[in-house]
Amino acid sequence: MTRDAGREADSGGGRDTGAAVLSVEGLTVIGRPSDVEIISGVSITVARGTILGLVGESGSGKTTLGLSLLAHCKRATEISAGRVEVAGKDLASLSERGVRELRGRAVAYIPQSPASALNPALRLRTQLREALHDASLSAADAQARVREVLGEVALPDDDGFLARYPHQLSGGQQQRVAIAMAFVGRPDVIVLDEPTTGLDVTTQAHVLETIRRMTRDYGTAGVYISHDMAVVADLADEIAVMYRGEVVERGRTDRVLADPRHSYTRRLLTAVPLLRTTGHEEGGEPEGEPLLRVAGLDAGYGRTRVLDGIDVSVHRGECVALLGESGSGKTTLSRSVAGLHRQYTGEVVFDGSPLAAGSYRRTAEQRRRVQYVFQNPYEALNPRRRVRDQILGPYRHLVGRPRDPGAVVAEALERAALSASYADRYPEQLSGGERQRVCIARAVATRPDLLICDEITSALDVSVQAEIVKLLRGLQDEGMALLFVTHNIALVSNIAQRVAVLHRGVIVEQGPVGRVMSAPEHEYTRALIADTPDFELSFAGAPERLGMAAQDRPVTGA
Amino acid sequence: MTRLIVVRLLFGALTLWAVSLVVFAATQALPGDAAQMILGRDATPERVEALRDQLDLHEPVAVQYLNWLQGIVQGDLGTSYSNRTEVTEVLSGPVLSSLTLMGLAALAATPVALLVGAVSALRRDRAFDHASSMGTLVVASIPEFVVGILLILLLGPGGLGWFPSVYSREGGPDQWVLPVLTLAFAVAPPIVRMMRATMIEVLESEYVQQARLKGVDERAVLWRHAAPNAIGPVAQVVALQLAWLAGGVVAVEFLFNFPGVGKILMDAIENRDVPLVQAVVLLIAGIYILVNLIADVIGLAANPKVRVANR
Repeated sequence: MTRDAGREADSGGGRDTGAAVLSVEGLTVIGRPSDVEIISGVSITVARGTILGLVGESGSGKTTLGLSLLAHCKRATEISAGRVEVAGKDLASLSERGVRELRGRAVAYIPQSPASALNPALRLRTQLREALHDASLSAADAQARVREVLGEVALPDDDGFLARYPHQLSGGQQQRVAIAMAFVGRPDVIVLDEPTTGLDVTTQAHVLETIRRMTRDYGTAGVYISHDMAVVADLADEIAVMYRGEVVERGRTDRVLADPRHSYTRRLLTAVPLLRTTGHEEGGEPEGEPLLRVAGLDAGYGRTRVLDGIDVSVHRGECVALLGESGSGKTTLSRSVAGLHRQYTGEVVFDGSPLAAGSYRRTAEQRRRVQYVFQNPYEALNPRRRVRDQILGPYRHLVGRPRDPGAVVAEALERAALSASYADRYPEQLSGGERQRVCIARAVATRPDLLICDEITSALDVSVQAEIVKLLRGLQDEGMALLFVTHNIALVSNIAQRVAVLHRGVIVEQGPVGRVMSAPEHEYTRALIADTPDFELSFAGAPERLGMAAQDRPVTGA
Repeated sequence: MTRLIVVRLLFGALTLWAVSLVVFAATQALPGDAAQMILGRDATPERVEALRDQLDLHEPVAVQYLNWLQGIVQGDLGTSYSNRTEVTEVLSGPVLSSLTLMGLAALAATPVALLVGAVSALRRDRAFDHASSMGTLVVASIPEFVVGILLILLLGPGGLGWFPSVYSREGGPDQWVLPVLTLAFAVAPPIVRMMRATMIEVLESEYVQQARLKGVDERAVLWRHAAPNAIGPVAQVVALQLAWLAGGVVAVEFLFNFPGVGKILMDAIENRDVPLVQAVVLLIAGIYILVNLIADVIGLAANPKVRVANR
């Protein structure tokens, strides 16, 4: 942690580690030809060896700002005012050649998704070597430098590894290569654009640790762009909050967390689901016949086995979280229960009667009572049909022709906290959060008893995520059972009563959320809790973190 | 990767066999008497009977086919009816001419088309891009023999008079220009469009943005980062177009009176020279399959996932 460095000035950045190596003054970027300001009048400074967290929701202009630090503007945008100074050079004064020389040496960039930012057709050797575009360096020296930096990010540095292509690496390795690529030229400033978004918590923790160590060792000023306040709180020395193209708040991390001055910052902070390891109401094992009981379920694709001996049950009105990293088999399990995946053996009993493998062999009534909400609301809605038809589609199919279609749609929308006026819209007229609400409305229209939610908040911003969680709690209070699939352990502690931790196709731990969070038995659960970034909310007016659930309970609309 | 190529080769052979079935069915096995068809209505019954003997038409159709197939596999394409010489001998000259014509057209069209497509992508939505997309659309929508006629009117004896419009034995190399140009114009537009679309996609990819943000200079971005990723999809279209040449050459050769397989085919159809028709159609199909096979291999080789996984 480098929190101690550069903390004297509250807003303006620390100057004790030498002059600020990055300074942005009144930067404005506009879109062409509309002249809309994408970011307006932004000023930030970052000193060597420190990290500035740039936080905001999607569309707030944080990536635009990040790219402008490399003198790069996206298509149809341009800088209309202000200046960016990196290591004493004004970017506006540089020629195209000057900009090229600046990139990679004075300022480097780590992309959001290394899987798409590493060139699939080129070997790692080529891609790392060209980032070190220093003609004076001999081939041997360049090679040595590449190996050195690979060692620093804890990757192998042998010829075999250098000869690999990006697709031969895991997601975490790819991100480390991207970090190595950025640091190989010893930059003064490094821009990190949500570099851990696609990674699971354990890998994320390793990558963040690497970033922290590298910026300190190299004396590099870091700009860490993220929508995840928890990560930034853990990593950054200073925080700048962006909202609608403006920096609305700037200050030392501990100050911003303890005493947020702008209302948007407060909103952002309260929206982050906090990891609660204590203070859960004592929920014992529920009694009686469960609504859904899965016993001894094995599933796979072809010869590959994904799930092994799964036992899990969900009672009426209960929310069971299925927690696991990508590849753990949690989506396969939920798809098996919903009847979307058929290659499984084992018992799936719903309300006392067994469910057949595959939805085609289930009765309409069975299908009506188990509904599914998909991960990505941008792909789960037919772009050519109105919201009304999307909701009525499954209703007509599973329940029958409604006497009053308008009422069915209005009621479903209301349960998803949307007004009836949304019925006539097309998906493209909706925001991400609204789309997911429509998906939920479509699922609850048939009045199911069990709702399966497959990572339904992972494609959404934190603030939207908080609203969706609130909505699900309301549905649960109306008596609906939820199987909530997620990789986010902090969400689990905010929504579920019981949790099943899935690791490599096996449930390693299962029990009431309070017990699992406060006294995890399995090593894997302990690691997950330890790796999850978290912070304390202590500012005045902050919802008491333990009481968040209680406070939000009586919700139907909003 | 070797395995994949072998599989593709087997499929190519299978396709060729299927083509041979169709060709045989269409020319010899169809209902109606082939001998009568060849000789025409005025032939005496004796001559028809003699020809039937010669063609083995008394044998069952399956046996006829097997005999014919066996001949082909052994390189014996039969004897041409019209001039009583081996088909292989009749074809050797024209095939060479046609292949040269196709090769020249491919050599002229492909690099230019790729370049125009790439430049259009780089200058997206600017004058050059608009001009090239308009131009390719116009050329692509005109049949190739019309393009040929327009070229003749423009550059031939009636127009600027730069190049002869009809092929003759005594002519110089300049008589190749118009046929080559016509074929090139016919082949190029889809390649231009595909190259433009693929390059735009690749240039907007994150890895190209990342390369630029690394400070790699624009030429290296284009040739090292963008081009290798565009090869695969574009190779498919190039192959389809070059394969089309094998058939498209027929009309163009006819137009310029060029002595290639196309002309032979036309003459053979006119003379009802069944073995010759069979041989030429099989040959065209063979070229088609071969070119597509090459494109598949290039596409596979351009994809490191395939290249590395199946070494």
